[in-house]
Amino acid sequence: MNPLKSILLALGLSAAFITGGCSSVDQVTPTRGVYMLIDTSGTYTGELKKAQTIINFALAKLNPGDSFAVASINTGSFTERDIIDKVTFDDRPSMANAQKRQFRETIDKFVKGVHPSAYTDVTGGILQAIEYLDEKNPGHKTILVFSDLKEELKKGYVRNIPLQLNGVDVVALNVTKLHSDNVDPREYMNRLETWRKRVESGGGQWRVVNDLERLDNIMTDS
Amino acid sequence: MNLLDVVFIVPGHPAISVMSWIVILAVSLYLARSPAHRAITSLSEVLHYAFRIAAQSTSMAEGKLIQRNREVLLAAGREASERIIEREFDRVDATLRRDLADYPAMHRQLTEHILSIDEDYKRSTEVPPAPPAPPGWIKAIESVAKIPSSGDPMVANILSDINKSMVKAQNTAIEEYRKSSHERHIVLKHMMPHWRKLLQVLGQVDKNVNNLIDRSKTIDRHMQEYEQINKGTDRAVRMLSSSSITQFFIAAFVLAIAFGGAVINFHLIARPMSEMVGGTSQIMGFKTANIAALVIILVEIAMGLFLMESLRITRLFPVIGALDDKIRIRMVYITFAMLFSLASIEAGLAYMREILSQSDAALVAYLMENQHSQAAASQSRWITTAAQMGMGFILPFALTFVAIAMESFVQSLRTVLGIIGVGLLRAMEFMLRLLGNISRYFGIMLVHLYDLMIFAPLWIERRVKGADEPGREKTAQGDNGLGAAVIGGQS
Repeated sequence: MNPLKSILLALGLSAAFITGGCSSVDQVTPTRGVYMLIDTSGTYTGELKKAQTIINFALAKLNPGDSFAVASINTGSFTERDIIDKVTFDDRPSMANAQKRQFRETIDKFVKGVHPSAYTDVTGGILQAIEYLDEKNPGHKTILVFSDLKEELKKGYVRNIPLQLNGVDVVALNVTKLHSDNVDPREYMNRLETWRKRVESGGGQWRVVNDLERLDNIMTDS
Repeated sequence: MNLLDVVFIVPGHPAISVMSWIVILAVSLYLARSPAHRAITSLSEVLHYAFRIAAQSTSMAEGKLIQRNREVLLAAGREASERIIEREFDRVDATLRRDLADYPAMHRQLTEHILSIDEDYKRSTEVPPAPPAPPGWIKAIESVAKIPSSGDPMVANILSDINKSMVKAQNTAIEEYRKSSHERHIVLKHMMPHWRKLLQVLGQVDKNVNNLIDRSKTIDRHMQEYEQINKGTDRAVRMLSSSSITQFFIAAFVLAIAFGGAVINFHLIARPMSEMVGGTSQIMGFKTANIAALVIILVEIAMGLFLMESLRITRLFPVIGALDDKIRIRMVYITFAMLFSLASIEAGLAYMREILSQSDAALVAYLMENQHSQAAASQSRWITTAAQMGMGFILPFALTFVAIAMESFVQSLRTVLGIIGVGLLRAMEFMLRLLGNISRYFGIMLVHLYDLMIFAPLWIERRVKGADEPGREKTAQGDNGLGAAVIGGQS
């Protein structure tokens, strides 16, 4: 055989071998899944500007392949209808950037037209978040709860359900103090403690971030 | 019965018990002295010989490795010398072809110039023929001159006319002579350019000959080295070894620089590759985009190697070197085209990287509502874009030259590894010999320690034997010193 042909054949076979080998061991990079709950009840709607900042920060931090969803907390939050927008960013960075821009526009529209809800179903929102994150099954799961954590359920709604939060990082953001908390601070502390226990008993990790100047703490891997 | 009951033979008297035990042990050891000595000596000898055999094997392996290194070194040196001599002959061949191809023309030119000079010389020596004189003209003049004038004016006039004619003829002859000399001078003047041309041609010949002489001296020097290598002299081996180690370090340094270049190159194209192959998939725990970027760089290096091989600058692949010239040249074009394509792709990817960076910055500015600073920063972006594209295009070609360093590295690595191997084997041999000697003398020491523990029975024995046979005391003492006997036996 011609030596040149032999070399070209060897190169071709090597390339085929490498390509075949590569396709057989294809895996996916550990991605991140973030589900953010925004409290839209009562006077807390006044805090939505801060929520926008956090969403924008999260959008800037997330990478191609990551999943992000933002949902509102209202009377009954265990429903897909409360998801304002959700996205799994494209593999390609340029497409992912375009998706992020689109996402921000959707959130901006929502914030402009939001109506305060009468009740606050935080548990329902977290259950919905767990469902979403389980479905996406990312490497790191994070639930951001932008709320004062004061749960007010409409009569008939059952939310006394154990949370399955194995491997989920739950971050409470901007947990504002209510007037009643000012009267009796134990109420605020009890509220936080109750949520901490609920999350940790479900296998999750609980953190509270009230200083929104230091948003880097939100997205740290546990 | 517990252990203490066994230990304390005489209850309530620990000192007596201990003393009793010492006596019992001493007597027991004395009784077992000869077998114990033999056992200790045998063990130490076994260990000594085992280590010695191992050391000998290592020494043999070292010798073989030295021989092998020598062969490898000489073979590599022979090949390098052959290559150098071959190139020198090629140069001589090229010089001869270039200069001797012109030699017939030069020879013809020289001959023509010499002929011209010869002709000119001949012409310069030619004297114009004198005008034919009337026969008996001088005699007639003499006769007329002898006629007595006796105041005859007619005779005087004739003589005066003759005188005038003679002067006129003389002047004409001088004029002719001057004219002829002038012509010869002109001819000689015409010879000057020919002389100069001759000088120039001979100067060129001299230069060419000197050039050839220089080349021949170089070839002689290389041939001497080659002969020494062929003879396998120690000097040649030392010279090649030293040269090889120097080559190894220089090549390693160049490869380290090339590695740095490859890393920079990798960072230039890794991120934009995620636009092509996706940013999330992985292969064996590594990002596919990173692997793709790495593969591109490796392919570039491979193309560089093939290009250098095709150009016969390196000789890593004998198959390529043995290719027919036509195919080899074709391969040069193919590999260069591929390298050029890959360099262009890299430049494109570097541009893409800049676009992605700008897109990210714009997105962050949009999300943080800080578009003003972004606009200000983008004014000088073209500089980094151009620099990145330039680097993306140039680095693949720069990496091509890695082939030269790699060839030197691979070739010198064999020698260096051989030297390291010899060093390791030598160290191992030393350690084995040391262990062998330690085990031998450790055995001797144990024998002495054994005797030390039973010094009392031995002393008694010597006293008893001394009393019985005073003449044999010395012999008994000699027998007791087994270590000395062992040492004596070994020496």
